[in-house]
Amino acid sequence: MQKALLIDPDKCTGCLQCELACSYEHEGVFNPSKSRIRVFTFHQEGRFVPYTCTQCSEAWCQQACPVDAITLNADTGAKEVSDSACVGCKVCTIACPFGTVNYNQVTGKVIKCDLCGGDPKCVSACPTQAIVYVDADQTGYEKMRQWAKETDNNPAASA
Amino acid sequence: MSWTGKILRVNLTEGTVAAEPLNMQWAQQYLGQRGLASKYLLEETDPKCDPLGPDNKMIMATGPLTGTMAATGGRYSVVTKSPLTNCIACSNSGGFIGAEMKHAGWDMIIFEGCSPTPVYLYIENDQAELVDASEIWGTSVWHTDEWLHNKYQDPLLRISAVGRSAESGCLYAAIINDLHRAAGRSGVGTVMASKNLKAVAVRGTLGVGNIKQPERFMQVVNENKAILAANPVTGQGLPAYGTQVLMNVINEIGALPAKNMQEVQFDGAHDISGEAMHEPRKSDGKPNLTTNAACFGCTIACGRISTIAQGHFTVENKAKYWGNSGGLEYEAAWALGADTEINDLDALTYANFLCNEDGYDPITFGSTVAAAMELYEMGVITDAQTGGVAFNFGSAEALAKAAEWVATGEGFGKDLALGSKRLCEKYGHPELSMTVKGQEFPAYDPRGIQGIGLNYATSNRGACHVRGYTIASEVLGVPVKTDPLVSEGKPDLVKAFQDATAAVDSSGLCLFTTFAWDMTNIAPQIDAACEGEWTAEKLVELGERVWNMERQYNMQAGITRADDTLPERLKSEEGAARTGPAKGKFSEVEKMLPEYYEKRGWNEDGAPTDETLNRLGL
Amino acid sequence: MQYIVAGAGPAGVVACETIRKLDKESAITLIGAEPEPPYSRMAIPYLLSEKIAEQGTFLRKTAGYYEQLNIKLVHNRVTGLNAADNSLQLDNGEQLKYDRLLLATGATPINPPIPGVDLEGVRHCWTLKDAREIAARAKTGSSVVLMGAGFIGCIILESLVKRGVKLTVVERGDRMVPRMMDDTAGNMLKEWCEDKGVRVLTSHSVTAIEKSDPLSVILDSGERLHADLVISATGVRSNIDFLQQSELETDQGILVNSFLQTSHPAVYAAGDAAQGRDFSTGEFTVQAIQPTAVEHGRIAAVNMVQNNCLTHQGSLNMNVLDTLGLISSSFGQWMGVDGGDAVCFVDKTRYKYLNLQFKDDVLVGISSLGHTENIGVARGLIRGQLALGKWKQRLQKNPERLMEAWLACSMGIA
Repeated sequence: MQKALLIDPDKCTGCLQCELACSYEHEGVFNPSKSRIRVFTFHQEGRFVPYTCTQCSEAWCQQACPVDAITLNADTGAKEVSDSACVGCKVCTIACPFGTVNYNQVTGKVIKCDLCGGDPKCVSACPTQAIVYVDADQTGYEKMRQWAKETDNNPAASA
Repeated sequence: MSWTGKILRVNLTEGTVAAEPLNMQWAQQYLGQRGLASKYLLEETDPKCDPLGPDNKMIMATGPLTGTMAATGGRYSVVTKSPLTNCIACSNSGGFIGAEMKHAGWDMIIFEGCSPTPVYLYIENDQAELVDASEIWGTSVWHTDEWLHNKYQDPLLRISAVGRSAESGCLYAAIINDLHRAAGRSGVGTVMASKNLKAVAVRGTLGVGNIKQPERFMQVVNENKAILAANPVTGQGLPAYGTQVLMNVINEIGALPAKNMQEVQFDGAHDISGEAMHEPRKSDGKPNLTTNAACFGCTIACGRISTIAQGHFTVENKAKYWGNSGGLEYEAAWALGADTEINDLDALTYANFLCNEDGYDPITFGSTVAAAMELYEMGVITDAQTGGVAFNFGSAEALAKAAEWVATGEGFGKDLALGSKRLCEKYGHPELSMTVKGQEFPAYDPRGIQGIGLNYATSNRGACHVRGYTIASEVLGVPVKTDPLVSEGKPDLVKAFQDATAAVDSSGLCLFTTFAWDMTNIAPQIDAACEGEWTAEKLVELGERVWNMERQYNMQAGITRADDTLPERLKSEEGAARTGPAKGKFSEVEKMLPEYYEKRGWNEDGAPTDETLNRLGL
Repeated sequence: MQYIVAGAGPAGVVACETIRKLDKESAITLIGAEPEPPYSRMAIPYLLSEKIAEQGTFLRKTAGYYEQLNIKLVHNRVTGLNAADNSLQLDNGEQLKYDRLLLATGATPINPPIPGVDLEGVRHCWTLKDAREIAARAKTGSSVVLMGAGFIGCIILESLVKRGVKLTVVERGDRMVPRMMDDTAGNMLKEWCEDKGVRVLTSHSVTAIEKSDPLSVILDSGERLHADLVISATGVRSNIDFLQQSELETDQGILVNSFLQTSHPAVYAAGDAAQGRDFSTGEFTVQAIQPTAVEHGRIAAVNMVQNNCLTHQGSLNMNVLDTLGLISSSFGQWMGVDGGDAVCFVDKTRYKYLNLQFKDDVLVGISSLGHTENIGVARGLIRGQLALGKWKQRLQKNPERLMEAWLACSMGIA
């Protein structure tokens, strides 16, 4: 059974440990601006919402990439960016309707969540279990993926 | 090495900004944040200077762990000379701006001189500029924050600002960051406003990447996060109730000062407690508390996010107060509530919102209101001063009005903005000011908790609980339980807490970690991150060095043994506790003080001896 | 079943892959007019700036990829279609029979009607062959005139600067990227380029190019520029000339219905060649952008295999551009709609620009400069036609809070 990130905003305190763990894992730097997961703050409402890639099954970023730089990791289900192939054209950053692919101006490559190869560091860093890594069918991501399908005419091409 | 190695020097008189290297030799001796900034202040300014004049400097400083993943590593300090105490001031704050400053590549910002016109400092990584602030001068912190966010259209811009209270000369104005975190005490905001500096806005996307031993750092950080999670205070009590977990506890042991410290217990304590913040309000059925919230990198998350019921008298027809904002912490709830005997939680929250909105210290403010209430009930202050507002203990209306006045510096707010020492002197009753060195002390009564009284008397920034939080030992039993009612052994305890605190305050970490951590937990995190060898012993010595350096500053500023004391009310039989477990007790501060000096290696006038200074490399 | 896909760009390759996913057995032939393996024009700028080699432009990188999928790759040019006979003519005279055909034949740059435009030293920047010749001529210190500051012109601008050429850009419109940005943003982009040492002449056109060494480029102002290389990037048009003898209905491109099916039921069209539905207007236009090509390719393929089971709701017109480090993007009806309203944030000193266009409380278009974080959510908001409710007002105050608006409205967060 493939696993997925399950995020419960109600448990989030906005501490950004996930962003620090993510940026450290991927860039060797404690730097939220380089994190693949982001915590959004709703001050008026007193809410914090961690958000990252849902690894959609028919990923728009992957489809839109003109140079085959985003590929499926069959073990984790993650859509991973190959730095050697990515030319930095940013088409994926506008194609992803969830806004979870970002361009790193320093490296000239795009960055997105890769589930850390199956051991997501945001999960181990989160002090409140607001982010957990569980069997994919528990996550409700199916709902979001469904939404992505409807919005983007994304066919169930695995039929 | 975890420091960025860079200081931003801002000359407000000239309108210039310049980068310079951090003095790494000093960094080895004073670490960062409180210690290192104090060193710079002592080296670069005359302690006799006018705190509100151009010769005073104001330093915003991060610690080496600020901006890293070390739990609570988001702190920064504001170090300057205080207009409230004329002593050295060091006010720490969490939130996010400290880490942002670090991520922009700066260990410290030194502000010197005074701008001829209002300005704010904008920093985007290595670019910094002073920008005209005339459009936001005369507005609140919240408005300034909104204006800057609108201007730059970057939700992640982090902002520290002063409000109208600071501009109008309130002597205990705070610097508010991230809307409701504060470098709160000793009037650091007043200094900032005196320099015509309205705000500091920072965006940093460089991060902290130069950890000495990255793998080991992650390992010790994770081990120590687990310790915080497992500890009942940092893992359960603080997240659930915040510091407000203490309201009922301290009341029960008879150490909750009430009615301008005439009493040591408050009947309404439960109504304004952390527990009460969870209970549904009668008015709208919602609890005061919406959620807890964390500062940068903090795995404790003691912060309170609260609302005021929309129908509450304080916010009727004032929609801007209907949303969530920073809720009550214990010391604020105590000052605004217990010391004034007001048990209206939403009224306290309103006053707290205003303290954040216009930037002033709720502890000094609440205590000053309490002193004014006592003077009013004595007939010394009358309706003539208060504009007809009945200024009695227990009046939530009076508190709300007072908060509004101080926010803008209007009417009776001008008197209240003086702080209780000057207010009580003005009205001929200096004995009613519950202060040390001009600064009000908070929510722990020196009659029922002996050690904390000695800490208040000797604290380098005037009365303060977080210079040596002996409550941990005397009430909570951390690291060992001591009897709060006895003075024996307390000089040692106070010294140990003061020195350890000075080290923690220099690291970038939050003092609250020390409910679960001691120096042996903190030292490896610093050692893995920073150049040099950092042991627990070295940190303790560093803390002692910082303490003595602050003392040197204060003595040069004119502080003497006579200032190391408590108000008569607390140390005399006439003022002894009238109820509770401490009944009949008064502070034995005068008995403890000589021993404290001796333990510190100070002479009987309270001056560090040459031997002590040599030992500490001062 | 025999599938033929004519055109080996992104639309064609994605179509082949999609067909193969849905139909493991049938024969698939992919016809590419150029000699190289299927590659991406989007990657050419990065080839020119020497960030990648030619292989880096290939659409699929795995060795033997097409063989593994049992896709027959043919390098030839399609010259005619006999729809009645289900057959396709190739340049070599061969005739290929199909059961289902996808026309993904792409587009070709247009030549402005200027004397001298066919001179040696005047190039398009469209194919790998073009790129090689540009690379040979655009050396450090050489003078280059770029005709057209549209999307394609701008996308190669940076690579030319990186090659160290002295660059002059001549654009007929009154700003850069006039079809992507309004006056304010287009001119901010111009200032940015000028600040980086590029000469940008807007509201100007080239009237003639004269043969000399170097070339002489004559402007409508009378000014004469010397150029070692002139690059023409004044627009593209669909490759549909080969359909003149067929009965297929065409306009600017090949006309299709909501299933991307042409006037002949066995023939579908996709990508730059197809005049597909625009999501925002509902009208059928040639968008000629990569994401639309991919979307077309996939949807057409599904409909070819599964008998028109998937409706194309329309593709969102969108672009992203990196011009010497200043990143711009536009989505949907960035120019606004009748009866709609807008918010526009401009910070010229910091090169920040964000323009949101609303119809009622739905976002219909965005254009931006210097905003890259989570920008894709613009697409989600527009495509999802999410009712913004109170977030419209918030966005009008803080347009950069798009992501929060998305989270709030799509997940009921706040």
